[in-house]
Amino acid sequence: MTLGKASDSDGPRATKHSPEVTRENARRAYRIMLEARILEEKLAVLYRSGKIVGGVFLGRGQEALSVSLGIHLRRGDVYAPLIRDQAGRMAFGDTILDTMRTYLGSSLGSMRGRDGNIHRGRPSEGYHAMISHLGAMVSTVCGGLMAKRFRGETGAVGGTCIGEGGTSTGSFHEGMNLAGVEKLPIVVVVANNQFSYSTPNDRQFACNDLLVRAEGYGVRGRRAVGNDLMDCLSVIGEAVSAARSGEGPQLVVADLLRLVGHGEHDDASYIPAAMKESSLGGDCLDLARTTLLEKGWLTGEEAADWQKIVEKEVEETSSKVLREPSPDPSEEDWNAFSCLDSQQNSRYPEERQ
Amino acid sequence: MSAITYLEAIRLAQQKALQDDPRVFIYGQDIGGFGGAFKATKNLAKEFPGRVLDSPISEDAMVGLAIGAAVEGMRPIIEMQFADFSTCGFNQIVNQAATLHYRTGTPCPLVVRLPSGGTPGGGPFHSQSMEAIYAHYPGLIVMTPATVEDAYTMLLEAVALDDPVIFCEHKFLYYHLKADKLPETVLPFGKAKIARQGRDATVVAYSAMVHEALAAAEELTHDGYDIEVVDLRTVRPIDTDTILASVARTGRLLVVGEAWPWGGVAAEVIARVATEGFGLLDAPPQRLNAKETPVPYHPALWGTHRPTASSVANSLRQLLEL
Repeated sequence: MTLGKASDSDGPRATKHSPEVTRENARRAYRIMLEARILEEKLAVLYRSGKIVGGVFLGRGQEALSVSLGIHLRRGDVYAPLIRDQAGRMAFGDTILDTMRTYLGSSLGSMRGRDGNIHRGRPSEGYHAMISHLGAMVSTVCGGLMAKRFRGETGAVGGTCIGEGGTSTGSFHEGMNLAGVEKLPIVVVVANNQFSYSTPNDRQFACNDLLVRAEGYGVRGRRAVGNDLMDCLSVIGEAVSAARSGEGPQLVVADLLRLVGHGEHDDASYIPAAMKESSLGGDCLDLARTTLLEKGWLTGEEAADWQKIVEKEVEETSSKVLREPSPDPSEEDWNAFSCLDSQQNSRYPEERQ
Repeated sequence: MSAITYLEAIRLAQQKALQDDPRVFIYGQDIGGFGGAFKATKNLAKEFPGRVLDSPISEDAMVGLAIGAAVEGMRPIIEMQFADFSTCGFNQIVNQAATLHYRTGTPCPLVVRLPSGGTPGGGPFHSQSMEAIYAHYPGLIVMTPATVEDAYTMLLEAVALDDPVIFCEHKFLYYHLKADKLPETVLPFGKAKIARQGRDATVVAYSAMVHEALAAAEELTHDGYDIEVVDLRTVRPIDTDTILASVARTGRLLVVGEAWPWGGVAAEVIARVATEGFGLLDAPPQRLNAKETPVPYHPALWGTHRPTASSVANSLRQLLEL
């Protein structure tokens, strides 16, 4: 088993930064993590009750890392989240409502039932909608940043996330290399959750530490403790600031553990008990709450109130979306083209019949 | 102005696109100062600093970059060094570019230029015709210009369209075809063209095969036949109306393509005519494609592998006797 070595130095091009994490940011991050967790628990219930078809893919255990990228991006940035990024998505502006709508296939959702679950976004607003092919989103974020460069816009950052398994793809390699060549302000966060679906790291890559890859791509490498909100906020905040100020691509590698299966169909029985009991297996949401309480940045009453408020919102949203219309095949335009209208589409004889 | 080649028309179209539209940029291997493997971007990097950029050898990332830029409102042109290498960017083209508008409502206006088709000595990996593969995917426009004029006007059209366009430019035509001037009028998008009028049989072709078909038609005049040649120009969307109108006049159909026959453009044309125009046919529709092997290296093998004027003429004679 190849585990990251959190106690090591960050590698030849990396240095450890511990900028101040503000009370406001930490509280906001925790609130979003809580929303993501409660929302995803509801999605799991809806899946088990047969309301959601297809699959449900949760980010339980990865919320601290995920939120830390989304929260440091802003309007005008480019963001391509991946599977376990409900928290990051919400920090970037996604909502409980649109998440529910997309999972339930509501025609009122951003994907209108044409795509579902984690395949959700609003590309024209810089929020890319992932495809399932891992690594593919690195270069699309690069493209968004190139567009801004061509237009002379400065100060924008692109952020994307991937698991350790996704780093084995050619697409990831090409995207990282291109980002390095073009010196783009991109932050790529690798969540090393030790298993790519069921495949352990020693069947996924042969290097001791994924962070050494940063050197090969000519980009800055940083390490974060994946289930420690304060460390994630600090390290990723620093990475985003560095990218924004022109220091080029940043690769952040964080070790953690996914506290659920790959999807809700998967019981994750392949994760050894010892690993779950190690520091990797600590639940980032519990750890974050403890830290905030200890710092006096959050009170127990507030935490309990937030829990109730979010649970209520999730329940109300779920009830509302379950009553919303499904897409109607007879009203669907069945047209994959933007430049062909329905009339032009009638060039296709089988569709005229 | 001296004679303009098909290749120069492509270069001039890109020059005009860069001149007219600040959203346009070109990204590809060796296309900057070097001007491209075929010189389709010669001098453009100098003329448009920072907008004609050498890419790493990363077809997947090149297309991914174009998608991300298109989403942000740019009009990227990606040059694949050879159409064959677009398979390395296939995932981004068919799974990301082609699906984006349908999934998200956000258009994905980009052009992927594919130097396509065989040339003597090109061999298995520098000769392929990919149009059928890409036309299979809803969301991709696939253009196959056969003339200097179309190479110019259709590339400009491709840049202007809001959908991803696979622009199959034929390498064999790069230097062989010449025109005196660039066209001032443009045929409507997606419209096929009657390249030669006739009454005895229809040949539907596209790209380089239009010229083999025209030569075959000329040969058959000696046999007393008058062959009509339809140039599809764009294989997706496909102009079924023009094809059917031609078959209605001639009653006989031969479809010619340089790609392999299995599930290809020729098969699609025949399926459409059989479905919609069965009663117009006086004989079973025929197709002539490349032989079903990889594209061979030696010119003698290559010249037999692909349809030629001579093999098209033979197929026509058989069709006319049916």
